[in-house]
Amino acid sequence: MRQASHGKIAVRFESVGLRYGSGPEVLQDISFTLDQGSFHFLTGPSGAGKTSLLSLLYLARRPSRGSIRLFGEEVSSAPRALLPPLRRRLGVVFQEFRLLDHLSVLDNVALPLRVAGVGEADIHRHVPELLSWVGLGEHMHARPPILSGGQKQRVAIARAVISRPELLVADEPTGNVDDRTALRLLHLFSELNKLGTTVVIATHNEGLVRRFQFPRLHLEAGRLDVLPPMALTAGGGASA
Amino acid sequence: MIGFFRSDLPVARDATAHFLPWLVAVMVFLAALALTGVMGLDGLLDRWSRDASGTLTIQVPAATGANAETETEARLERAVRLLESDPQVAKATAVSRERLAEMLEPWLGSAELMEALPVPRLIDVTVSSGMSPDLDALTGRLRAVAPGAAIDDHRVWLARLIRLAEGLRMLAWAVIGLVAVATAAMVIHATSTTLAVHRPHIEVLHLIGATDSYIARQFARRAFALAVLGGIGGLAMAAPVLWVIGGLVQRLEGGLIPEITIGVGQWLVLLLLPPVAGVLSNVTARRTVRRTLTRLL
Repeated sequence: MRQASHGKIAVRFESVGLRYGSGPEVLQDISFTLDQGSFHFLTGPSGAGKTSLLSLLYLARRPSRGSIRLFGEEVSSAPRALLPPLRRRLGVVFQEFRLLDHLSVLDNVALPLRVAGVGEADIHRHVPELLSWVGLGEHMHARPPILSGGQKQRVAIARAVISRPELLVADEPTGNVDDRTALRLLHLFSELNKLGTTVVIATHNEGLVRRFQFPRLHLEAGRLDVLPPMALTAGGGASA
Repeated sequence: MIGFFRSDLPVARDATAHFLPWLVAVMVFLAALALTGVMGLDGLLDRWSRDASGTLTIQVPAATGANAETETEARLERAVRLLESDPQVAKATAVSRERLAEMLEPWLGSAELMEALPVPRLIDVTVSSGMSPDLDALTGRLRAVAPGAAIDDHRVWLARLIRLAEGLRMLAWAVIGLVAVATAAMVIHATSTTLAVHRPHIEVLHLIGATDSYIARQFARRAFALAVLGGIGGLAMAAPVLWVIGGLVQRLEGGLIPEITIGVGQWLVLLLLPPVAGVLSNVTARRTVRRTLTRLL
């Protein structure tokens, strides 16, 4: 698999620590750099802190210590007013989708565009096109509660990629879909990556990690190691 | 217009969407009554102030004796002539016996009784504009031609009425102020409740890059629409009440309270109440949301 790199740094973590309240640190001394246009899997056992790390990446919380730079901007202590424009450069697929149940599929996917002030004509041109591509063309006007888990996941992914984000952060984006759909979605992320989007995907799906030869950010007990792509084994399999 | 009310948040389905218009309707109803009171009292005070400074009433006691009626008429005529010759008096008109009988009829009954009583005669005096006559000197001159004549300058009792009316007007303004504060408090409460209910949705909007203004605008527009709707309802409730009160005031006799009517200008001011309630709710909701959102990252 091709790994794009444009020489610029999209994300830089330096000695980042995170604790909730007065509890122990769930992330300790995390330091890594993601080049713009890179693709990384975020792996690690359940409870290792993957979702916490991603929440720092998509600016849902500030670190307890250390420095986080996003697109060259220091965000760990940035004033609130600076965060919305940075968030519009991100696409996020939340673990539990976080779709707005009162809105149609089309309106859910259109949200990032509306927030960015994109006109309705453009929205009604681009959103149906993407929904057709992810296989939800016929469910455009449905509300999320009547969709299956896999369909909701695809809506969440469509919402994350509709604005062609510079950084895509996805938390278990293939957790509720069959292998065929998971592969199709990974190809979508890969295509976006080829267009310059930096991608970080948290996953437990070892098959996909093996199939798509991207480097890994591996979290274990709150500590992070940057590992090379999982080696392919004879016969198409792989071993870590 | 549909775009104006389009919302990414399900605020339209909240319980607040059902009760806010009703509460605003009650508030606008009260504000309409108070505002009409203020405008009516303004007119009343204007006229009373004008009357107090510009008019006098002269009382000429009835003469007694054999030619009492002729003598009373003669005294009245002398007093009117004296007043007309005074440069400080613009106009002096004797109140006719018929008019006097009419004014006294509620108390004395038939005109025959009045014939039998030594009822004093009255002269309406309009003071020349800008003049402030020396009432003691004028009384002395009047008594020389009409013994026992007295001047009622209206000022003492009108001053008391004016003070009362001014007090009522301040009270009406206080009611309007309280209504505005209560409306703002209701909107703050309703908005805070909605914010708490929809916190997960708001977080999603935030995380995809929505600014505080973008989120606040959705609440503010909704609050505006609901308040205008309630305001129109409140005004519709107030209109017949004001019409009935206007009718009752017009039926008052005795001329103590000048005619109070709700004119076109006053109706236009009242018609401003729903949009004013809308703007107040809009601004309050916007500020409440923005203040609450600063607690989120």
